[in-house]
Amino acid sequence: MIALSDYLILAAGLFMLAVAGIFLNRKNVILLLMCIELMLLAVNMNFVAFSHFLGDMTGQVFVFFILTVAAAEAAIGLAILVVLFRNQQSINVEDLDSLKG
Amino acid sequence: MGFEKFLFYVFAAITLFAAGMVITRRNPVHAVLYLVLAFISSAALWILLEAEFLGIVLVLVYVGAVMVLFLFVVMMLDVDIATLRAGFIRYLPIGALIAVVLALEIFLIVGPANFGLQQFPSPVPAGPDVSNTEELGLLLYTLYVYPFEIAAVILLVAIVAAIRLTLRRRPDTKYMDPAKQVRVKKGPDRIRIVKMPSESAAVPPVAASAAPQESTE
Repeated sequence: MIALSDYLILAAGLFMLAVAGIFLNRKNVILLLMCIELMLLAVNMNFVAFSHFLGDMTGQVFVFFILTVAAAEAAIGLAILVVLFRNQQSINVEDLDSLKG
Repeated sequence: MGFEKFLFYVFAAITLFAAGMVITRRNPVHAVLYLVLAFISSAALWILLEAEFLGIVLVLVYVGAVMVLFLFVVMMLDVDIATLRAGFIRYLPIGALIAVVLALEIFLIVGPANFGLQQFPSPVPAGPDVSNTEELGLLLYTLYVYPFEIAAVILLVAIVAAIRLTLRRRPDTKYMDPAKQVRVKKGPDRIRIVKMPSESAAVPPVAASAAPQESTE
C-alpha cells in the first residue's frame, strides 16, 4: 500500500529541487520561471494526495484553481520576458538594475 | 497492490530525475523538455491517486499549452547561455546546503511517523462507475461557481495583459486604416479647389476652353 507520507516526501523532494534550482540558476529568468512551475507542481501534488487520503474533493477543486492562476502567471511572465529581451537584448537578472535598487 | 507500488516508485523516480535535470541542464530547450517529462510523470501519479480529470488537464493544458509557450519563448530569444551560466559552480554549495536542510526539515514532519498508513489509512478504491470528472464538476458548478467565474476573469485579464504587453506598432510599416477610408468626405478630402487669377483676354479660344477644367483639380 502506498502511504500518504510517500506522496508527501516526493512532493517535498520536488519542492527542494526547485529551491535548489532557483539558487543555481539565479541569472536566467526563464529557468527561474520554470523552477516556480516545479514548486507549484509539488504543492499541487500535496493537494491531490490529501484529497485522496481524506476523501474530500475540495483539494482537487483547489488544484484546478491553482492550475488556472499558474497558467495566467506563466503567460504574463513570459510576455514581460519578451518585452524585457526586446528592450535590453538580455535576460540576465544582473542587467535589471535600471531602478537602482 | 504490489504493482501499484511499483508504478508509484517508477513514476516518482522519473519525476525527481526530470526535476534534477531541469535545474542542471546547460541548454534551456533541454530544461523545458525535461520539465515536460516531469509534468507527464506527475500526471501519471495523480491518476494513481484517482484524480483522473486533473491528470488529463495537467497533460492537455499544462504540457499542451503552457510548456509549448515556454518552448516558443526559449527558442525565440537568442540567449547567450555562457554568461547566464557563470557562477553556477559558485552557487552550488550554498544552494545544495539550503536544499538539504529544507528537505531534512520537511522529511522530519511528513515522514511515516506522522502521515503513515496508521494515521491515514488507504481509502477503498473507487469502483468503475464512479466518475471523478462528474464529482469535480458537481462541486465546481454548485459550491464553487463564484470562484470558478473569478478564475475565468483572471484568464481573461491574462490574455489582455499578455497581448497588450507584447503588441508593437512599427512606425515604418505602411498599412491602411479602414475607418479613415470610410469617414472620408467629398468636399475637403477628395477634391481641392484652387483659386487662380483670371486669364487675360489675349488667350486663344482653344486654351480658354481648357482653362476652367484646370482650375478645379
